[in-house]
Amino acid sequence: MHEIGIASSILECVKAEAQRRPGVQVIAVGVRIGELSNVDRDALDFAFEVLTRDSPLQNLKLEVEWCPRRQKCINCAEEFLVQDFNLACPKCGANHSTCISGTELDVAYLELEEPCAKS
Amino acid sequence: MREIVEKRVLSENDRLAAGLRLRYHKQNILCVNFISSPGSGKTALLERTLASYTPAHSIAVLTGDIQTDNDARRLSQYGFPVRQIVTGGTCHLDARMVERHLNELGFCGPGVLLIENVGNLVCPSSYDLGEAAKIVLLSVTEGEDKPLKYPGIFHRAALMILTKTDLLPHVEFDPDLALENARKVNPEIEYIALSSRTGDGFDVWLHWLNALRHKAQHPAAAINS
Repeated sequence: MHEIGIASSILECVKAEAQRRPGVQVIAVGVRIGELSNVDRDALDFAFEVLTRDSPLQNLKLEVEWCPRRQKCINCAEEFLVQDFNLACPKCGANHSTCISGTELDVAYLELEEPCAKS
Repeated sequence: MREIVEKRVLSENDRLAAGLRLRYHKQNILCVNFISSPGSGKTALLERTLASYTPAHSIAVLTGDIQTDNDARRLSQYGFPVRQIVTGGTCHLDARMVERHLNELGFCGPGVLLIENVGNLVCPSSYDLGEAAKIVLLSVTEGEDKPLKYPGIFHRAALMILTKTDLLPHVEFDPDLALENARKVNPEIEYIALSSRTGDGFDVWLHWLNALRHKAQHPAAAINS
């Protein structure tokens, strides 16, 4: 259910961007999804497939970059990957850090094909 | 040819939520968004919260459910404006629904807007409603590991309320472990344990809500009209 809404919002974004580029075909959309965004890969792929089937976007590819949770230590500025919810800085051991990645839910790019580039 | 877009997937919701946030700011409304699993006690918490104030106070409620207006009927007994948002299948509230129902509710502040989201720990966490704080509820009849299973909402919430503490003698639930798990996900999360049935811990919750109003940019967003 959630992924249907997310896939639908991605497609809305693609359509809006495509309208601003008349005559250009969008062949892929690249999204960034953080591990804290509650998005399931299989459910998103399924939703995307269902929503694009038999539509002008049926050949559109979904390219996903999954972003693990990363924190930045307030004490020593070390940036580190969070595994098993361990928020302690691996460099200095401090437990104070801010989240710098993992909440992404972004449309990053479109792959476009110019009409003249078609074979 | 790759063209960079760099746009939030939910940018349309974000845009509407930014409009709501501006509106709350202008009208001195403090808005909080309650999120939990179905049956964690959101409506019971709101009932006792409303019962703690007199109708002279300025409070309004939007309550979301997939079907029925049962919650709005429960909550409207307390003399405050209440409106049910029936989503008809959608598993979360979004900023557009809140905007429409807030207009129909006719609540213009100053005061406090309590939004009870659809019972769901996953989807509601992604949709900004312009609120000052997300509040996540966890009841003692659930598992202590819920914060680890649903880290998204515990990461975004300012406060975790442990509900149904009157049942603690009858269930195997370790509140310290639940809090430890929540703080693994979000070290900053605040914590209140209460029972909406007995009222135990309720003064702490009401104090927290008042303190949030004082912390808000517009101190006039008071519960007192």
